[in-house]
Amino acid sequence: MLTTDAFIRFVEAYASRLADLQGTLNKLDNQIGDGDHGTNMARGFKVAAENLAKNPGSDLGAVCNTVAMALLGNVGGASGPLYATIFMRFSALWKGQSSVESGAIADGISSALEGLRARGKAEVGDKTMVDVWTPVSDGLRSTEATDTALKAAVATATSAALETKSLIAKKGRAAYLGERSVGICDPGSISSAVFFEELMDAAAGGVERTEWHKLVS
Amino acid sequence: MAQVSIVIVSHSRKIGEGLVSLLSQLVGNDVYLNHAAGLGEEIGTDATYIVDVLQGCPTDTDLLVLFDLGSALMNTEMALELLPDEVRQRVHIVDAPLVEGAVAAAVAARANLAYDEVIASAMEARTTNKIM
Repeated sequence: MLTTDAFIRFVEAYASRLADLQGTLNKLDNQIGDGDHGTNMARGFKVAAENLAKNPGSDLGAVCNTVAMALLGNVGGASGPLYATIFMRFSALWKGQSSVESGAIADGISSALEGLRARGKAEVGDKTMVDVWTPVSDGLRSTEATDTALKAAVATATSAALETKSLIAKKGRAAYLGERSVGICDPGSISSAVFFEELMDAAAGGVERTEWHKLVS
Repeated sequence: MAQVSIVIVSHSRKIGEGLVSLLSQLVGNDVYLNHAAGLGEEIGTDATYIVDVLQGCPTDTDLLVLFDLGSALMNTEMALELLPDEVRQRVHIVDAPLVEGAVAAAVAARANLAYDEVIASAMEARTTNKIM
């Protein structure tokens, strides 16, 4: 279950993880992108958390909308509109609600995936965050949405993010590298896996975090 | 006054400002020009900034957007979703090279062509050789 307060804490926690992982994400993005995924995400979510602290919002819909707007104005690359789309989908689905159960969380993730695919036009295998969001969404839809299922999604996200290493990039700046993008994890996939670690921990508790800075080159 | 306004969306504010300057030389005050370029002082694009600029264009014109790279397009498409219908309906995103397409569009706009003809002019820049 996620209450409005718990969701705000999730955003703060995610912002904090991004600040810690900024260097790691930038390093990946330096190799197969323009080097700023960590900086952009850390900045955007920091502003989102600050805006929420100033103006918490009365329900999940309002909170998610505040985050979306902060990301649009402060992230910059493709990640801005992509992550903003996630929160806009959450906002639409959870409008007026002060808490959501696992089922509604799973629905939010499915809706967000639809939004990501429409926005970025990526397919599975293109080496993007869609490679993480798709198995997570599929996994949650294939079973009853429970806390256990939510936590299992973290493992799905983590392995999917690590598996992007072997893919050839078909989208974004990395696509300019073609085969030279193989051997490096997609930074947006890593930031998505971290997103799920924090979201599911806020919703269900007890999530073990991966030490990403050790795992990804 | 022209039937179309031209808005430049670029990752770089300097590119946006520079291109608008260049276009101004061609059209003077006859065509409304603006840019929604950069993310503050940083390189990037901002859907909310694009919304503001599009809403600031003359309401009796069609709004042609020319952009540089992929996420500029993504943010422009996002901006369209955030705009009121009345504005969104008048926006056309042009798939042409930024500088050359904008120059062609500006000249066509100044000649008081309708938006579809201005877009066609801009799109010729995709295949026009610059060195004869």
